[in-house]
Amino acid sequence: MASDLTPRTQGRGPRGAAAGARTGAAGQASAWPAAAGPRDPDARFRSRQWRQRLEIAFFVTPALVLFAVFVVVPIVQAGRYSMFKWNGLGPMDNFIGFQNYANALADTIFQRAVTNNLLIVVLSIAIQLPIGLAIALLLNRSFPGRTAMRVIVFVPYVLAEVVAGVIWALLLQPNGPLDSVLDAVGLGFVKQVWLGDPGFALWTVIGVLTWKYVGLAIVLLLAGLQGVPEELNEAASIDGASWWQVQRKITIPLLGPTIRTWIFLSMIGSLQLFDMVWILTKGGPANATVTMATYLINQGTERSQYGYASAVAVLLFAISFILAILYQTFIQRNDSDDASVVRGRRKVSR
Amino acid sequence: MTAVAAPPSRGPRPRVARVRADRRRVGPLVYVAAVVVAVAVLAPVVYAVISGFRSNGQLAENPVGLPSPWVWQNYVNVLTGGNFWKYALNSTIIALITTAVVVVLGIMAAYPLARYRFKGRDGLYMVFVLGLLFPATVAIIPLFLQIRDLGLVNTFWGVALPQAAFALPVTVVILRPFLQALPKELEEAASIDGASRIGFFWRILVPLSGPGMVTVGVLAFVGSWNAYLLPLLILNDPAMKTLPLGVADFSTQYASDTAGVLAFTSLAVIPALVFFLTMQKRIVSGLQGAVKG
Repeated sequence: MASDLTPRTQGRGPRGAAAGARTGAAGQASAWPAAAGPRDPDARFRSRQWRQRLEIAFFVTPALVLFAVFVVVPIVQAGRYSMFKWNGLGPMDNFIGFQNYANALADTIFQRAVTNNLLIVVLSIAIQLPIGLAIALLLNRSFPGRTAMRVIVFVPYVLAEVVAGVIWALLLQPNGPLDSVLDAVGLGFVKQVWLGDPGFALWTVIGVLTWKYVGLAIVLLLAGLQGVPEELNEAASIDGASWWQVQRKITIPLLGPTIRTWIFLSMIGSLQLFDMVWILTKGGPANATVTMATYLINQGTERSQYGYASAVAVLLFAISFILAILYQTFIQRNDSDDASVVRGRRKVSR
Repeated sequence: MTAVAAPPSRGPRPRVARVRADRRRVGPLVYVAAVVVAVAVLAPVVYAVISGFRSNGQLAENPVGLPSPWVWQNYVNVLTGGNFWKYALNSTIIALITTAVVVVLGIMAAYPLARYRFKGRDGLYMVFVLGLLFPATVAIIPLFLQIRDLGLVNTFWGVALPQAAFALPVTVVILRPFLQALPKELEEAASIDGASRIGFFWRILVPLSGPGMVTVGVLAFVGSWNAYLLPLLILNDPAMKTLPLGVADFSTQYASDTAGVLAFTSLAVIPALVFFLTMQKRIVSGLQGAVKG
């Protein structure tokens, strides 16, 4: 996404800003003339270049080492482990090629996990976007208590997923608090065995995820709304447009880039979903709520099939990566005029 | 708002539009909707906190209700039990190490990426940007084995360093535009005054990037504080566990003591909520920065 490369361009055309950044960089390069270098301009240039390389290395190396040791190496290793049948201990000598991948793709539980993840991706967007948009439009109007509301809607997002999960697990117990509230208000007939019914547990998880994550959508959409000039709204209402017409024809279309970015974040988060499911159901009952991440932890650390779990991890990454690239190529490409750069952040959206 | 972390040279934004929200008539419907939303959002948390003041007998009799009488024992037990403080301390230490490592290494890496011109700069930046696509979940199995081989299982560093590594991409992506936006006249002035580029970095750039560093620091801290999967695999020693692990353990070990679980969980929420309320603007601006660049 170009906003990475040419950010903070509100108010200027993106192209102009990019050009500005380029000339800026050129200006910086000349800010440090080699004051007391050798007379020969070539040698002066070379020594300056060496100095600069050392400086760059000094600044970048620590981060790169940390990144290599804990991010790059494990990811490469995942690819290697995935070719072996290996329990994590002892020599890794049972090379089985792509057999782990074939096994995973043929496993009905893994297929279930992929289906569940995709369902969560689609439903999270389909449920949270309308709710988030409605609440954001509501909070964008001026009324006493608006600031407090903005803080309140964001509270669930800040709670640890584990903490939220433990609270919800208690609320959703059979004959627990939620059921008794439903009884009290005469809605007893909607009661379910929320987390224990294989046919319903996934819906419950999606409901809890909505509670936890709709705040992120609201906060991002509110930020997007503040970029919509008030003059547009005023002009439209002078022309006789109703509040709803203004929102539908002007505000929401202008929110397009924000919405598309949020969808991307939500999608990556849904694909990596682990904590909440692990706390609420451990992927059960009867694998009804299994996700790719709970499946891989189950196979890896719980059953010590590290080779197989690594193959699942590679598949999880491949699916996330392909969806991210497709999304960037076909949906977000219009939001930027620069080379598209894939981005997203699990912790932001999970 | 982004304005908090906005670098000085940003073009003027339509400020009026931001300050003035839609001022037209707000009907009673808006208030009703606002109350419904607030209740739906807060009810679970409020329920947990208040029910922590009830006894298990009261909870069994009626799962929803006000405490009568108010029972302080659950909270007192948690606070005097020792485990809670141990977990909170462990969480704090790990979060502080993670934050310190990621902020220091992040700004160092962002500096040349923002203000030097060199071959391979864009390629180097892409390495970090691609890192955004690799959350720890994907690499968790080999990461666990790697940490085991490094002998870092059951250590604070074994959790903090990988967390910092996985937080680096978002840190660099937020900080780079921030550093790019600082006016180049500063650099020229520093150079005329005889500062080296490294001197410029320490004496001018670092102090000026305070807001940006706070934003990425808060994001790293909250991420570490709430983390579950990595600590779950790395920390099996009860003495090393963090609060999320403690909450999960407590809720399974003492499942029959519902009131105790609610008290423990409520107390675990408090640090996060206090931190959020004080840092709210930073967290929100950081998220928006992460989205808008």
